[in-house]
Amino acid sequence: MSHVLVVGNGPASHRLVERLRHHGHRGQITVLGAETLPAYNRVLLSSVLDRTLDADAVTLPDAPRDVRIRLGVTVTEIDRQRRLVRGDDGVVHSYDDLVLATGATTRVPPVPGLADEYGHLPRGVTALRTLHDCDRLSHQLTGGGHAVVLGGGVLGVEAAYGLAADGNAVTLVHPGTHPMDRQLDVAGGRLLADHLRAIGIDLRLGRGVTNYTEGSVRLDDGECLDTEALVLCTGVTPATELADQAGLAVNRGVVVDDHMRTDDPHVHAIGDCVEHGGQVPGLIAPAWDQADVLARVLTGADATARYVPASTVTRLKARGIDLVSIGAATPCADPDIERVTMSDPARGRYATLTLRDERVDGAVLIGFPDAIATISRLHDERRTVPWDRLGLVLGTGGPARTEPADLAQDSVVCRCNTVSKRALADAWQAGSRDVATLAEATRATTGCGGCADDIRALCRAWVADGAFPEQNTGEEGAA
Amino acid sequence: MPDIRTVTTHCPYCALQCGTILTRERTGVVVRPSDFPVNQGGLCQKGWTAPTLLDTPDRLKHPLVRGNDGELRACSWDAALNVVAIGLRAAQREHGADAAAVFGGGGLTNEKAYLLGKFARVALGTRQIDYNGRFCMSSAAAAGSAAFGLDRGLPFPVTDLGRADVVMLAGANVAETMPPLMQHLTRPSLIVLDPRVSATAQRAALHLQPAPGTDLALVLGLLHIAVVDGFCDTGYVRSRTSGFDEAWKRAMTWWPERVERETGVPVADLRAAVRMLAEGERAYILTGRGVEQHSKGTDTVSGFINLALALGLPGIDGSGYGCLTGQGNGQGGREHGQKADQLPGYRSITDPAARQHIADQWGVDVASLPGPGRSAAELFASLGQEDGPRALLVFGSNPVVSAPDSQHVVERLRALDLLVVADFVPSETAQLADVVLPVTQWAEEEGTVTNLEGRVLRRRRLRVPPSHARSDLEVLHGLATRLGQPGHRFPTGAREVFEELRSASRGGIADYSGISYTRLDSGEALHWPCPRISRGHHPGTPRLFLDWFAHTDGRARFVPVEHRPPHDAATHHLPLWATTGRVLTQYQSGAQTRRVPDLHAANPEPFVEVHPDTAERAGVRDGQLARVTSARGSTIARVRVEPSMRTDTVFLPFHFPADGSANLITPAALDPRSRMPEFKVAAVRLDALSALAGPKSTTAGSSPVDSTGQTEVYG
Repeated sequence: MSHVLVVGNGPASHRLVERLRHHGHRGQITVLGAETLPAYNRVLLSSVLDRTLDADAVTLPDAPRDVRIRLGVTVTEIDRQRRLVRGDDGVVHSYDDLVLATGATTRVPPVPGLADEYGHLPRGVTALRTLHDCDRLSHQLTGGGHAVVLGGGVLGVEAAYGLAADGNAVTLVHPGTHPMDRQLDVAGGRLLADHLRAIGIDLRLGRGVTNYTEGSVRLDDGECLDTEALVLCTGVTPATELADQAGLAVNRGVVVDDHMRTDDPHVHAIGDCVEHGGQVPGLIAPAWDQADVLARVLTGADATARYVPASTVTRLKARGIDLVSIGAATPCADPDIERVTMSDPARGRYATLTLRDERVDGAVLIGFPDAIATISRLHDERRTVPWDRLGLVLGTGGPARTEPADLAQDSVVCRCNTVSKRALADAWQAGSRDVATLAEATRATTGCGGCADDIRALCRAWVADGAFPEQNTGEEGAA
Repeated sequence: MPDIRTVTTHCPYCALQCGTILTRERTGVVVRPSDFPVNQGGLCQKGWTAPTLLDTPDRLKHPLVRGNDGELRACSWDAALNVVAIGLRAAQREHGADAAAVFGGGGLTNEKAYLLGKFARVALGTRQIDYNGRFCMSSAAAAGSAAFGLDRGLPFPVTDLGRADVVMLAGANVAETMPPLMQHLTRPSLIVLDPRVSATAQRAALHLQPAPGTDLALVLGLLHIAVVDGFCDTGYVRSRTSGFDEAWKRAMTWWPERVERETGVPVADLRAAVRMLAEGERAYILTGRGVEQHSKGTDTVSGFINLALALGLPGIDGSGYGCLTGQGNGQGGREHGQKADQLPGYRSITDPAARQHIADQWGVDVASLPGPGRSAAELFASLGQEDGPRALLVFGSNPVVSAPDSQHVVERLRALDLLVVADFVPSETAQLADVVLPVTQWAEEEGTVTNLEGRVLRRRRLRVPPSHARSDLEVLHGLATRLGQPGHRFPTGAREVFEELRSASRGGIADYSGISYTRLDSGEALHWPCPRISRGHHPGTPRLFLDWFAHTDGRARFVPVEHRPPHDAATHHLPLWATTGRVLTQYQSGAQTRRVPDLHAANPEPFVEVHPDTAERAGVRDGQLARVTSARGSTIARVRVEPSMRTDTVFLPFHFPADGSANLITPAALDPRSRMPEFKVAAVRLDALSALAGPKSTTAGSSPVDSTGQTEVYG
């Protein structure tokens, strides 16, 4: 079996290694990670930031025991001819298959004062990508400070929410007309902005940053914001230097085909460093999918496995607001598209659904938690949506409660003993006029006892409407 | 026997084992509920009508042997047992000891389960014995043993639930399957996990309605939330458990938004569920077949136990985790040796000390005790095959209806040289048998069963069995002696067998050695373990784990588990998920309840519950017959349009035979640890069945409209 060498030790690499063993790869596997920490779960950084979790609580499960993992090793060179990789510790590793999982780095906007000549961030500025970033940020914000979040994409909105929930004053600066403008239409974006304001986040929309000096950010309209922490949520850049040096095809990311192969058949790439079909997704779900595909290809479990990008579903991870965006924010005016829209701004709710062939093509849903769950799955599985579109959005449907008196004669009142309303009425007529005697006569209520209230209600109704005249009560009951 | 007119005993059906009082009156046997703690005077329709079964018109009264013409004919016991013994010996002579196999049931008394296991290991010397509890309790048993070192369905009395604030029912529809239990669930707020709005879900304060096959993702998400939202009981985790870190690392990647997308359960509901459980002063998590009958059932139960441990519930008076055992003696049935890998006392058949202990008890050479055999589904798959059994004895089970991929099971049963079925009605499996042995039933025999809370109960005899029926103990004695065993090794009296059982269980996990008929008959409430002690009587153990868990270090174990998809994949051709389950008025394979007119009338035929849109798209209408097809085969059922169904899911009860059997479509994909089949999720298609192309009645009563196979009840 081949020796697989993985450069990078993030979630994509972690998943790949696990899947390689799962699919029966018995050859050697080596992982070289630049960070000194074992692989961890980036999604939980906000919980580390707000101190719910210790940094070591976000460590991913240990790799299979026989995988060699070298931490704190930055790869400096790839020799594709001889299939060798050199680390900054001077050690040279050979490989049969090389996998680049080098990830991405935060894009630092070209603004004076934001980075020094070496690209290092100055004091008071931080990205939000690594445990190191978290540590840095929490040292800057020691209890109820003022933070400025630059960039109102998904990460920026989530960061602003988290920092505000943690008791900080937060200003979100975003160049677009509304937050998450890549995912949300105008109506949805406005509603999100209202939500953010409602929890006390200051918004500066349509604004950029022109200058940073320690403790102060200047916006492009001249406003100066004092801040203890400037958080950069300004997007990421695939880490492609190594691939570049090695002469592999690199565009925005390392270019791969559907099998996650670069233009060198012995070199593959997955995760945030990758460009596939012109797209650089930079999200964990595609990275895991790519790792699964590559594991199948490399082990031969399914040598023809292909990575097919799933349509993007962006689910905001922020408490207090349920928001999802599916597909493109603004679909073209296509006659085959059916559109369902519901706007209820007073209750902070908005839904727009675009359907093609009765299947979900796109959606923006805010404030409809049930619909978000249902519609995301309908979309993922390409299922047809229910006929009642508004019911789908509102999450209605399901059994409506009928008052016992309004039940049909044949309906079963006591399920445990299959006692119908008719049987109870007959027993009533025969003289059983309360729950105990009706139970004696029909066995109703003797199972789980749950229908006792219903039978009491029936008794009241029968008494009230006088359906059973007094003289009948003289007859001998079935009891 | 003395003319006893009244006995206190227990219902013959589910694991709740409601207390009843039976009276012999001129008109027949009459049942009344007793004030027994689990039912407190309540009884469901199955219980009220149970005496009907004693005199069901097609009750088996004579041994039957299939003649050369293929017909079953009545004959003497002697002749029938001789045929069986000769057949067993012939199979073993030609193909080895494992050519004879035994299949038991979770409805058999402790005494029968014990003697059946002994018969297989001693009289037949075969490894091949398993039972239908494999289809029922095996996942919960495997997960419970791994976590706590001991598997007892509820490690606390049922009545404790009545004082709870919150109870989570994961895949348990108790309002239909054990209605009197609901009496204990009126105070607590209920959190119900079920893909359907079941009768139980309708009573829930919070209903989580996941897509079939996604329960494990769901519970990983609940553990994730418990930790991240700060509800983890870190002091408890530190002092009473081990293995948290590894379990957490798996749950860590199941953040709520990811779980929502996988399961279809809203994030807000996931958070609410954890909050309710954590903030309830007294909280319980209970699992049922809904989450257990999957090819990942054991891992899913482990997921729920992990959640319970993180919240600090097990082993605390007033809180806990438990599983709701299904069959009448599903608990005792898994403790006394009718499971492929177990010896009496819940001992492992691979443990040398356990083997020595049991060999000494039985007076046989330890080397003669066979090792572990195949699990139920694997046993069926091997019947009549090159390396599989040639002869099979079935006691107290109807696998033709209850086993997964049942058409395949029928084919394998037909491939046998000898199929012997001991039953009291001509079940669908009995109808295939070469020899049918008529046996006694609940009100005609003495014995013990162990209910879902691990309490040992006395079943008592009210009346003499009809004509020639014999007890299973007598049958085993008759066969064992014909196979050359000394008669005393296979006693026919239940009390004698129990004396042997309790001695054999001594020192085991399920220790019954301190329990006797005398103590039980005096009314003592005895939950195992109840060891024999030198002075006085051990009081039994109603609540387990209060001081320590049953692992050597006294700690409960977190087990790291990871979600995986079900065996079937939904495709363009099979776009829907079918899930199977129960209705209140039928029990298991329906062999008993389909013979009780009042019960059968309430649910006389197979049905398929469908969302109105799904029905319309499939071109089927409410009340019509439809065909439900999976990769295994298809079944026919009447459509019930139900607006509360998920649009991707249909539901079928599995109590019906022939071409209305839901198990024609279920996969025999097995859980790697418990060997539980995947009853709860199959990829299917729904098609209209035009009136003209109605179901073929290949055998009498096989159409779903008239699927009882017992028209004489009405005729």
